Order: sequence, then C-alpha cells, then structure tokens
Amino acid sequence: MIGQLCCLSVTHAVTSVEDALQQVPPTPPMSAISASEKVDGFTRKSMRKAQKQKKSQGSSQFRTQSSLVELSPLPQLKDAPSTEQQDLFTQKLQQCCMLFDFMDTVTDLKSKEIKRAALNELVDYVSTNRGVLTEAAYPEIINMISTNIFRTLPPSENPDFDPEEDEPTLEASWPHTQLVYEFLLRFLENPDFQPSMAKRYIDQKFVLQLLELFDSEDPRERDFLKTILHRIYGKFLGLRAFIRKQINNNFLRFIYETDHFNGVAELLEILGSIINGFALPLKAEHKQFLMKVLIPMHTAKSLALFHAQLAYCIVQFLEKDPTLTEPVIRGLLKFWPKTCSQKEVMFLGEIEEILDVIEPTQFKKVQEPLFKQISKCVANPHFQVAERALYFWNNEYILSLIEENIDKVLPIMFGSLYRISKEHWNPTIVALVYNVLKTLMEMNSVLFDELTSSYKAERQRPKAHQKLDIMPRVIKPFLKLWDSSEPQ
Amino acid sequence: APWRIGIRTAEPKMAGADGDDSLYPIAVLIDELRNEDVQLRLNSIKKLSTIALALGVERTRTELLPFLTDTIYDEDEVLLALAEQLGNFTMLVGGPEYVHCLLPPLESLATVEETVVRDKAVESLRKISQEHSPVDLEVHFEPLVKRLASGDWFTSRTSACGLFSVCYPRVSSTVKAEIRQHFRTLCSDDTPMVRRAAASKLGEFAKVLELDYVKSDIIPLFTALASDEQDSVRLLAVEACVSIATLLPQEDLETLVMPTLRQAAEDKSWRVRYMVADKFSELQKAVGPEITKNDLVPAFQNLLKDCEAEVRAAAANKVKEFCENLPEDGRETIIMTHILPCVKELVSDTNQHVKSALASVIMGLSTILGKDNTIEHLLPLFLAQLKDECPEVRLNIISNLDCVNEVIGIRQLSQSLLPAIVELAEDAKWRVRLAIIEYMPLLAGQLGVEFFDEKLNSLCMAWLVDHVYAIREAATCNLMKLVEKFGAEWAQNTIVPKVLGMANDPNYLHRMTTLFCINALSEACGQEITTKHMLPVVLKMSNDQVANVRFNVAKCLQKIGPVLDNNALQTEVKPVLEKLAADQDMDVKYFAQEAISVLALA
Repeated sequence: MIGQLCCLSVTHAVTSVEDALQQVPPTPPMSAISASEKVDGFTRKSMRKAQKQKKSQGSSQFRTQSSLVELSPLPQLKDAPSTEQQDLFTQKLQQCCMLFDFMDTVTDLKSKEIKRAALNELVDYVSTNRGVLTEAAYPEIINMISTNIFRTLPPSENPDFDPEEDEPTLEASWPHTQLVYEFLLRFLENPDFQPSMAKRYIDQKFVLQLLELFDSEDPRERDFLKTILHRIYGKFLGLRAFIRKQINNNFLRFIYETDHFNGVAELLEILGSIINGFALPLKAEHKQFLMKVLIPMHTAKSLALFHAQLAYCIVQFLEKDPTLTEPVIRGLLKFWPKTCSQKEVMFLGEIEEILDVIEPTQFKKVQEPLFKQISKCVANPHFQVAERALYFWNNEYILSLIEENIDKVLPIMFGSLYRISKEHWNPTIVALVYNVLKTLMEMNSVLFDELTSSYKAERQRPKAHQKLDIMPRVIKPFLKLWDSSEPQ
Repeated sequence: APWRIGIRTAEPKMAGADGDDSLYPIAVLIDELRNEDVQLRLNSIKKLSTIALALGVERTRTELLPFLTDTIYDEDEVLLALAEQLGNFTMLVGGPEYVHCLLPPLESLATVEETVVRDKAVESLRKISQEHSPVDLEVHFEPLVKRLASGDWFTSRTSACGLFSVCYPRVSSTVKAEIRQHFRTLCSDDTPMVRRAAASKLGEFAKVLELDYVKSDIIPLFTALASDEQDSVRLLAVEACVSIATLLPQEDLETLVMPTLRQAAEDKSWRVRYMVADKFSELQKAVGPEITKNDLVPAFQNLLKDCEAEVRAAAANKVKEFCENLPEDGRETIIMTHILPCVKELVSDTNQHVKSALASVIMGLSTILGKDNTIEHLLPLFLAQLKDECPEVRLNIISNLDCVNEVIGIRQLSQSLLPAIVELAEDAKWRVRLAIIEYMPLLAGQLGVEFFDEKLNSLCMAWLVDHVYAIREAATCNLMKLVEKFGAEWAQNTIVPKVLGMANDPNYLHRMTTLFCINALSEACGQEITTKHMLPVVLKMSNDQVANVRFNVAKCLQKIGPVLDNNALQTEVKPVLEKLAADQDMDVKYFAQEAISVLALA
C-alpha cells in the first residue's frame, strides 16, 4: 500500500520567534465582588467565564530535575569554525535538555533566555545547512526533543470545558516548546534526513508518546503534532500499520471509555489523507476501521468539534469503495441522534455529502430506510432540522435520484410533507415544503394525486387499529398464570 | 451483517401458529419482538419472562432462545434489556440443569460494541455461572470463556476478563491451568482496552487463586501491568495492589509487592500517583504497620508535596485516616516530625481544592494528638484556615468544629471564629450563606447562649430578610432549631418580638417571612406564646392587601391550629377563616376552605 500524502499546512508556525517570550501567562483577575453581584446573588455566566479565561498550564515534568543549574551561553554556531560546529551543535542540544518552570515567571529568566536563543539557533542550523545530520547527531537530537515535549499532560483545569465558549488552557512552556516542535519539523524535513538512520530512535515508543500529546488542550501544540505525525507516517513505512492501530485504540478509548480526547479532529485530519492513499481493493482491516470505529464515533457528545473531519473520512472511504455505502448509511441510521437537534443537523449534512457521491445502484439499496428517516426529519418541530432536510431538494443530483425512484420515495415522504404543510409552526418551513411538494408532484402527478386522495380517506376513517389498547388485555390473562406458577 | 436492524425475515415456528387460542396474546407479544417500533420491541423484551412462562420451559429452550440469539443485531437499548432479562432466566428454561441454554445469546451480547450492553451481559453470565453444576461449568461455561478470550475483536476479550474469577474455583486443576494461561495472555494483550480490563480484574482473580499461584502467576502479571506503557493500565494495577497485598503473608510483601508499590508512588504520571494517594488507607491496612512506618510514611510525605494539585488534594483527604491507622507506639512522633510539617505547608497551598480537602479532615488530628499538641501546633493552622480566602476552606473548618470542641473546647477559637462566620454569612454566593446557616445550630450549641446572643443573633435575623428565598427558608428552619436548643423562654425574649415586628414591613416578602417563621416556631414555642403573641399578629394579617399574604395566613392558621386550644380556634380562628373563605381571590378561598376542613371548623 502506498500512501499518497497531501500536504497539511502548519498555520501556527511562527516566523518571528522573538514575540514568543513576551507571552507571559496573564494572571487571572482577582475575584472582587461587585455590588451588583451581591444584589442578585447569581453571577452571570459571561462574568464567570471572563474570570476563567486565558489560563495557562504548567506540566508535571520538571519535578524530575533535582537541582537547576544556571545555564551559561555558548558561542554562536555561525561564528564557530566549521570543524567545531558539529561539536557545538551537540553541546547546544544537550544544553536545551534543561527544563524550566514557566508557571514561575520570575526565576531563571536568564537561563530561559539562553535556552530560547539556543533553540532558535538550532532551528536555523538544521533548516539552512546541509550535511549536519551525521549519524552521531540523531540520538542527541531525539533525546533533546523527547526530554522537552514528552510529558504527562496535567489534569484539566476546567473539566467541563466547552470548546465553543471557553478559551483553551495554553501550555505555559510554549516559548520553548514551540521552538522544539519547530526544530523537530525542520529536522524531519531536512533533505539529508535518513529514515533508515532515524528509525532506531523514532520508534513505536516515540510514536506512542507523540500520540498521547494529542490530548493537549493547547491547539497550537496539536497543530504541530498533526504535521509532525503526518511527516513520520510519510517517511517511516515500517511505522504506518502501528500508527494506524494506535490511532484506532485512541479512538476506541474515546468512544467507549473516556468520551474525552482533545486531538480527535487532528487525528482524523491525518487519517483523511491516509485513507486517500489506500490501495484498492480495501483491506479488511480498513473496512473494519470504518464500520467499528468511524461510524460509532458519531455517537460522541463532542461530535461538533470534529464532525467535518469525520465526514470527510467517511466520504473518502465511499469514493474508494462505493459498495460500502449501504453499511455506512445503515450505520448512521442506527446511531441517528434521538434528542440532540444540533447533531441531527450534522448527520443530515453528512448524508447530503454521501448522497453527492452515491452511485444510483447504491441509492436503490438504501432509499427506503433513508427516506423514512428524512421524512421524520422534515417533520421535526425544530425548524433547523426540518430546514436542513428540506434543503436536499435544492441539490440537483439528489433530485435526479429521487426522480428516478419517485415511486418508492414519494409514498414514504408524502404523509409527513402533507401534514407539515398544514401544521408546522414555522412559516419558512411551510414555504419550503410547498416547493418540495410541487417538485414531487411534477415528477409524478398521477401517483401524487393517488396519495393525496388515499391520505384524505385515511384521515376521515375512524381509528380502528389502536395498539395501545391491546397491551393491557394481552397481559391480564397471564397475571393469573404468574400467580399459579411455582414460586421462583 | 451487523448493521441489520429490526425485522427478521425468517418466520420462527412459534406460539399461535398451531392454532392454540390460549396462546394468542403471547403471539402478539412475540410479534412485537419483531415490530419496527423500538419502543414496542423494548416493551416486549421487558415482558420476556411472561412470554417464557407461557411457552413453558421446553419451548423457551427450543424456540424462544434461538429466536432471541438471532435478534442480537438490534438497537443497544433493546439488547441491554435482553442481557438483563437473561440473567434471571434460569427457572424459565427448566432450572440449573438447563441453564447452559442461556449461554449462546449471552455470549453474543458479550461481544457487542456498546459497553453498557457488554457489561450487563457479563453481569448476567457471572450470575448464571453460579447456577451451573461443576460438570456443566467445564463442559459449557469454560469453553465460552475461552472463546471470548481468544475472540478477534477487543470487545469479546474485554468481556472474558470478568468471567475468569467466577468459574476458576469450581473446575478441575487441568482446566484451572488453562484459565490461568488465558488470563496471562490477556494481561499482555496488544490492545490497551483489554489490558485495562484484565488489570481491573487482577485483584478479583488473585482472590480465587491458590496462594502458590498468586506468587507464581499473579505477581509477575502485577509487576508487568504496573509498568505498562499506558498510565491508564498502570493505575489499575494500584487498585489490584490492595487485594494482592492482603493475600500474601507479611514476609513476602517486601520482595513481591513493595518494589512495585514504591515505583507507583513515584510514577511519572500524576494519574498513577493520584490513585496511590486515593487508595492510601487501604494500602496502609494491607501492608501492615512495619512497612507503613518504613515505606509509606515517606511516600505519603512525597504525595503531600506532589507537584500536581490533584495528587496533593487526594493525599490531603487521607491525612486523618493515615494518622489514625499508624501503629500506636511512635504514632505521635511520626505525626509530629514527618506529617505535620507537610500539613503546615498545605495550609497555605496555592490550590484551593487542596486547602479545602485538608480543611475537611485536619480537625480530626486533634483527637489523635491530644490537648497540648493541638493548642501548640494545630490551633494556629485552624486559625489560618479560618481566615482563608476561599469560603469552602472556612466552611470545612467550621463544619468540623465538634472534633476540636471535645479536645480543647471551642472558646480557644471563638475570637477567630466570629469574623470567619460573619464573613461567610455575608458571602456573595448564596450557597455559601446557605451552608453556614446549616451549621448555626451546631455552633450555637457549642458556643453557648450568651456568646450567641451577643454575636450571632443579629446575623440569624438578618438572614430572614435575605434576597434569596432559599436563604430565608433556611433561616426560618434555623430559628426553629435554635429554639429547640435554647428553649421557649429564650425565644420569647429574643426572637419572637423581632419576627413579629416584620409583620408590618412594607415589603410583602418580609411579611410572609413572619408567617413562615410562625409556622416553624409555634410548636417549639408552645401553646402559651403561640396564643398570646403569635396568633393576634396572624389574624391581623388576614386583612393584608396582598393576596399571597392572605392565603399564607390561611395556611399558617391550618399549621398552628393543633397548638391552639379549642376556645381560641372557635372564637378567633374560625371567624377569620370564614372571612377568608369568602375572599375575592381564588387561591385565598381555596386555602381558607382547606384550613377549615383540616381543623374541622365547618
């Protein structure tokens, strides 16, 4: 299988690194009690939020260093004679293994600045020079990177973090960490970079630790990680299956155990380009991933955060192998949101994306269950859901599919459409429904008239069949049975 | 196809088909098992025992169960109900002799994706495993466990982890060896989900193993899981550590358990250290006094000083329990020299959760350390926490005052207590105010009536006019408890006049508070005060302009009626209620009529 990788952009790659140090973590404002708060007793949500925002977070890692030694500046790499440059490079790498507490904004300022300058130089050194990646440099480089970025992420300061309203907690050590990520990226992209040499250090354990960092709350960090993991996937063929499997595990844990993982969208973005490169026919492993991981991911509470990426992956799969359409659509119908209108709108969006690429033969296989669901959505009292479903009729391709199968689709849709054209509270929806009914009538006016008259006849008839009534009568005889049965 | 929903195409041969009319209703239920509407299928599944009972044991075995096994591809909600039902089905399939018939559907359910369904299926399997004879256990149950343990998808292997311990004790030694082998395999499974499941069942499995095998099998697994690459696995090993340490003789603990436990207490992941802190009391009991003294004391110190607040808070929570359970000889020295210095630092911790966790237990140390140490060492800490900026810390101290009271008496604290209470009483958050009100009766009891009258009484009255209803309500209830404590005479002198004074307040909410107070106080104050002082005020308020006040007068009269004598009821209450019963407001009428009928004045 040859992965055809498309380029992911690093939007946060900062060019002027000088700004970085100025981002001193702001202290949260003191919680002074205003007079108005005292009167109404309830603080407004926005006020509480304002107090919480813009927090930054340290990490548990510096406890491992027993005593901090003050760093002393080394000579600049560009000033060193070329014979000594490589040696100095190593020394700088080692110097950068010193970690600092960025929650403490007053101590070690000098050493922090020395490390920052050294990191800047290192970034520069690997991106502009050729022949610097000697075999001996690899372990030093990886050691510096691992020491700096691999850490247990601290507990979330805000467990009920709402990504749409709250500001994320930012990594306090970012002035250094950012440069280390930048360095790692330049290292991987250096023309002299040799995967065969690096694979002793960039191994499964390295990847595993990298994947754990995707849970970082800092979007800048996740963005770097995304690009880096993608590069690794592209360059290390031997790690590909492993990376896919571990992403798989991360997702399963997210779906079935924790319901929380910050990096889902980023990982899905990587997967999107991986799926794009899958060879045909698809392996069973990949199909299983689609059905057992990607489809159940639609049940996540935080779907809104990664739905675009998820839908992209699904559509990629279907474009590769159209025969997967039926199981995918049935899967989506199985997990169709029952109470969350916002999610329902997302599902409808995804269905439209799928219908955009569906083959007519596949459409025939799913039209019945699918339009039963769409008919429910059209009649949804939440106008956004109804509206989203009715927009399907603005899509030329979908219209052509419906027209081709009008004898199947119209009977399913008719009842709902007819009813809400009279009953829906929202005038926009009623107007949309009229248009849809008109379109459908034009497709097959005979069938339309038939359905209209049978619908009306049905409504006139007294309700003969009432299931609710049957139940108690069914149970009663067996209550006796219970009494006379042997004790359990 | 696993995505198949709903209706099965195959028509099972079932009740009703053979023309037996008495089974017709059952046929309807069975029909609904296949209905397109999930709710109907769900209802039917929940009545599964009725269906089975009507079908009889044989047809349940030969027809119903195969049919159910076939419906496994349904909505998770239906499957959950099914998994639960099958756990209680033993008698319905003909008793223990046939219980193994339930295994095929439960096996399928134990492999589905949805965790709650799987867990329920495992729970039912564990339940019915007890009903298997030893022979059936080996012939039917154990092979199922093996199949699950070697399943392709992680779900079945995860489920298998929960089944080893229930069948192990009752099978032959050959089968036992196989079970141990399967458990070993799952502990080193490729998928972290499975290793987590295995790690979480490690302690349970260890308990049913013979001691030799605990040492030879469980310990290596424990060591391996405790150094797993995933912290989510390592932290589960900490839980198992408690059970394992309890099983081993003291002399083996040092070599078999302690290296792993020490490593866990210093793990690089805070989640693992948190787990150690959280389980510290259990660990302490499991390893015994000697190891506690040598190992756990320094470990506990480190946890109290951990760089992660989450860990410090978990450890702070355990301070009292840990100190209590220290071996009595040397306890005081250990606390004074090793624990107290850390506790002192926590008092000024940067994280409020840590301080508040500490505040909820720190008072408990006074009984352990005795009067002199408490005064010299703990009192300054209590006082510092009483001045803490975070209200929760202050509240936690105040709520545990009784511990200190027993040792040194509360007077030592009263000077600092008062400002703390006043500040909490006026806190901007009503939940804080509510919490301090709830401690008032306790405080009043400990501080005595004089101190109360002088310092706290005005606070209690101020709460009655708070702008939050919950506070006014709690304040009313508080007054009742105070009267129960200090007696009716005290009430008459200090509280009643103020309460009754509010009846003339321009704000109708405050006038209603008078009525609510009377509702609460009349019983505790007794007939005399109620008749002489309260009743006239209530009756007068029946002329209030606000209807809400008037119908509360009616409710109030209904409430205090039983305290009054018959004369007062007939001559004073009755006319007023009759007048209110003719009020123009509907609600006033309603409550007046209700009061008349409850008090039997009609």
